[in-house]
Amino acid sequence: MYEFDWSSIPGALPYLAHGAIITLEITFTAIIVGIVWGTLLAVARLSSITILARLAALYVNLFRSIPLVMVILWFFLIVPQAIQSLFGGAIQDIRLTSALVAFSLFQAAYYSEIIRAGIQSVPKGQAEAAYAVGMRYRQVMLLVVLPQAFRNMVPLLLTQSIILFQDTALVYVIGLGDFFGTAQRVGERDGRIVELLLFAGAVYFVICSASSYVVKRLQERAA
Amino acid sequence: MHYHWNWLVFLSRVPSGETTYLAWLLVGLQWTVALSLLSWITALVIGTPLGVLRTVPNRWLSGFAAAYVAIFRNIPLLVQLFIWYFVVPELVPRNLGDWFKQTNPLFQEFIASWLCLGLFTAARVTEQVRAGINSLGRGQQGAGLAMGLTLPQTYRYVLLPMAFRIILPPLTSEFLNTIKNSAVATTVGLVELSRQAQQLVDYTAQPYEAFIAVTLLYLALNGLVMFFMHVLERRTRVPGYMVSR
Repeated sequence: MYEFDWSSIPGALPYLAHGAIITLEITFTAIIVGIVWGTLLAVARLSSITILARLAALYVNLFRSIPLVMVILWFFLIVPQAIQSLFGGAIQDIRLTSALVAFSLFQAAYYSEIIRAGIQSVPKGQAEAAYAVGMRYRQVMLLVVLPQAFRNMVPLLLTQSIILFQDTALVYVIGLGDFFGTAQRVGERDGRIVELLLFAGAVYFVICSASSYVVKRLQERAA
Repeated sequence: MHYHWNWLVFLSRVPSGETTYLAWLLVGLQWTVALSLLSWITALVIGTPLGVLRTVPNRWLSGFAAAYVAIFRNIPLLVQLFIWYFVVPELVPRNLGDWFKQTNPLFQEFIASWLCLGLFTAARVTEQVRAGINSLGRGQQGAGLAMGLTLPQTYRYVLLPMAFRIILPPLTSEFLNTIKNSAVATTVGLVELSRQAQQLVDYTAQPYEAFIAVTLLYLALNGLVMFFMHVLERRTRVPGYMVSR
């Protein structure tokens, strides 16, 4: 039988915490940028300007058809060159920057589908009433439609964010030391890959189960 | 920025001289398709009974299925893959583990990726099947039982045939997800499409051609699956039912 030896974990906690910060940094950046950009995409997709709607649809469908691994690799290829041609100088560590860009733009595509459904779930009469009292398009969207839409889609956005949190482990493919990558490296270093991987899995499991539970309760309260 | 496009790179020979880079891409495509298909079949075979268990009137059975879903949904796919690849061979009986570690690396990578992706996707199929059965309403089950069918027969002849038709669209997107998720196998070294994209970057220094080609291949796979699932959806449609959808 395999003999477990968990002794390398306590000493590695500072490294793991540093990795966890990177994981959270990517998660929260992607949530914030993703929701803002995703809202713009959803509004563009529902707009009456055909070319805008088509471009937004193309963006969303493209990102949703490609594996996240490929998206991360794509941005790891593009971002350094873009930064160099924009700012000239070399940037120290482009892995984190390109991961932040990749996850934000990728998540926006997924969020925008949720937000689009949320906007469409607001009864048409709401927008019509707002126009009738003399509001402009911007006001109708910002003050009447979007607030109601967001209330309906909070559970879905949160569920998608939990998936995003899990997906951030994929930055492994560009060698970025997030929580999982750090756990894997420590395990490799100490010859304790079994323990470190199980530990990492348990941490993700606890965080995701707890968050899913909270989302479920929220959903029940809203219903 | 001076990038020299060279689409003919795919026709040039790989360093060993045996084949072309195009052949590498096609090998990658084969592994992606093989892994996705096998995992998808596994997911359906395991996910369907689990989805049924989720709905049966027995606390232990439905609890078991719920626990399965909770475990496989709350751990990142990448972590699961590494556990299958690095951890499980250590924890199984030593003979089996040693045998596995001595087999062809490609075999190890494929088996671990297949188990990982199949069981991960099974959890998602379970939830879809459950949703499909629950959407039917209690009347269908009651009618089946009143006709004298046993509970298993009711599932086999009444509930599941309808449920599967209803969940065909979400199952299609799960299949598409399986294809996309198969790219995670690159992390353990399986030579599927996205691994080949990285190999081509390393060998040819023509990253854009390689990435564009692989991206187009994924898009093509996507389109192909959507086409076949649409055909299946039309073929299996129950006349007069779900017209309003």
